[in-house]
Amino acid sequence: MNRITTLFSGVKDQIETGMLNVYFTAGFPELNDTMRVLQALQDGGADLVEIGMPYSDPVADGETIQKSNDQALENGMSVKVLFDQLANMRETITVPVLLMGYVNPVLQYGIENFCKKCAEVGVDGLILPDMPMDVYLNEYKAIFDAYGILNIFLVTPQTSEKRIRQIDEVSEGFIYTVSSASVTGSKSGVSEDMESYFDRLNAMQLRNPRLIGFGIKDHQTFKKASGYSAGAIIGSAFIRVLQESNDLEQDIKSFVRSVKNYPETIEA
Amino acid sequence: MEAIAEKKSYQVDSRGYYGNFGGAFIPEMLYPNVEELRENYLSIIAEPSFQKEYNDLLRNYVGRPTPLYRANRLSEKYKTNIFLKREDLCHTGAHKVNNTIGQILMAKRLGKKRVVAETGAGQHGVATATVCALMDIECIVYMGELDIERQAPNVARMKMLGAEVRPATCGSRTLKDATNEAMRHWINNPVDTHYIIGSVVGPHPYPDMVARFQAIISEEMRWQLKEQTGKETPDYVVACVGGGSNAAGSFYHFLDDENVKLVAVEAAGQGLTSGHSAATTALGKPGVLHGSRTILMQTEDGQVVEPFSISAGLDYPGIGPQHAYLYDSGRGIFMSATDEEAVQAAFELTRFEGIIPALESSHALAVLGQLGASENENVILNLSGRGDKDMATYMKYID
Repeated sequence: MNRITTLFSGVKDQIETGMLNVYFTAGFPELNDTMRVLQALQDGGADLVEIGMPYSDPVADGETIQKSNDQALENGMSVKVLFDQLANMRETITVPVLLMGYVNPVLQYGIENFCKKCAEVGVDGLILPDMPMDVYLNEYKAIFDAYGILNIFLVTPQTSEKRIRQIDEVSEGFIYTVSSASVTGSKSGVSEDMESYFDRLNAMQLRNPRLIGFGIKDHQTFKKASGYSAGAIIGSAFIRVLQESNDLEQDIKSFVRSVKNYPETIEA
Repeated sequence: MEAIAEKKSYQVDSRGYYGNFGGAFIPEMLYPNVEELRENYLSIIAEPSFQKEYNDLLRNYVGRPTPLYRANRLSEKYKTNIFLKREDLCHTGAHKVNNTIGQILMAKRLGKKRVVAETGAGQHGVATATVCALMDIECIVYMGELDIERQAPNVARMKMLGAEVRPATCGSRTLKDATNEAMRHWINNPVDTHYIIGSVVGPHPYPDMVARFQAIISEEMRWQLKEQTGKETPDYVVACVGGGSNAAGSFYHFLDDENVKLVAVEAAGQGLTSGHSAATTALGKPGVLHGSRTILMQTEDGQVVEPFSISAGLDYPGIGPQHAYLYDSGRGIFMSATDEEAVQAAFELTRFEGIIPALESSHALAVLGQLGASENENVILNLSGRGDKDMATYMKYID
């Protein structure tokens, strides 16, 4: 069974625990930091990790992640280098790992080769925001399925109910719930509008668990989002931690711990 | 203008593809915006009130029909019959306004309050700011920080027209980054904003919609050529290609006339093998760029390569999906011209005919001697824009 599916089996019954998925860009801050960051995230208590494959034109991302993409590319990161870095990942990494990126580098690597390599190194799922659902279903789903790789779809506040149902139907693992109409890292917090959107999703009784992303940055926002879903995803806020860090292992672990366990009493 | 709604075999299919090219490779955040447009654009274009307003504005505001001019001295030099389609005489100085007139009317009918656009050289930005002033709609234009520096007169024009010009500061700070920023702006403002793409690129239905708005160029070519020569179809139609909107408009009504050779001229920059080029079909391969499957210049790893051309309007790493299909199917003939060849061709046209062309159009002029057109044949070249904006570049070549 896929690690993502395993992780979420039973989650519906204990929704308040909240799964934390952390995004980071491969090859950032330094080319060979990928495994260090991944390991520290697991050690700190992240439940899933999303590794960003840097791209020259990341249209769904805000400035923070764009700049980390530019830096990683400058450092020499590529799909091939990333798979080399992840080759022995499963010797120590037990959490589900997803790769997030844009479709063109994956197409150039070859979808079949890409999925095969994912299965080899132990990647569990892909998030490719600019891959259309119809193209996935008609051309690529059979290949993903053959290698046991899950494709994670996104829904946004503008997604129609009909389309949400369609996405739920073809999804496995979880649905990536984009919290607001925005690119990554541009808005912070959880507003009333978002809460009514999350309520609307809850009322739909979807078959897949949902993780909420965009605007999640600390324990407070994580806890709030987790109250409406199976958990949440942190991206830009974590990239900023990496940017400012002088001690990656220590800073990553304390960030993850603070997001998951920040004492209620200090919150105010 | 009924012809604007008709279908042809090299046209987009019901799924939004031209052969294997096209489609809508967009993040879910853009899906509702693009879907709204896809569901409505054909019926809006077909509305009699839309047709009337569009045609009235093209005639009385843009100055259409633009002349088809037989360039006698140039014809004599190249020993064939060369006709120039004078899109340089359109209001704002280029064909770009045909599309922005169509799209602003579309935006109004979709109930949008704001327009966002990208621009490279500033021609599309100016054409967008112009129609926004005309229709009293808020206008935001994204432009690469580097392009803002090198295209100061067009930045001033946009500002005088009331547009807000926002710099794209990430990546290479040129057209492709401005396009990324415009798309991000659209993601952040999904309900009240219309994105006016300036070329036949982007997710379906943009390539088809923009081609339809530019199709007036070839529609006029047909009757004008018949008026002047008795023949409705030329032997060659020649146009430059960056994203490819003027070429798409020039080819549109000749696509099914297989006897008409459709010649697309790309910018070779400092030379095809120089590493400083924008000749997409010569240097690129299939992939996904700005929402469509097309041919683009990219690294082995699928990263988009920064193109280079002396002409900011051709300085784009991809081509529209229809052009990719014309190239792939062999229907289109793809050639290229270097910076030097384009500048020489600009001076030649100026001295032979008294017309200063845009650097973009000069690339099309540069291949006239390589077509192999005979004395009895007719060549129509789309003179897509005028050269005022390029005077700073041309001045460097004047002794």
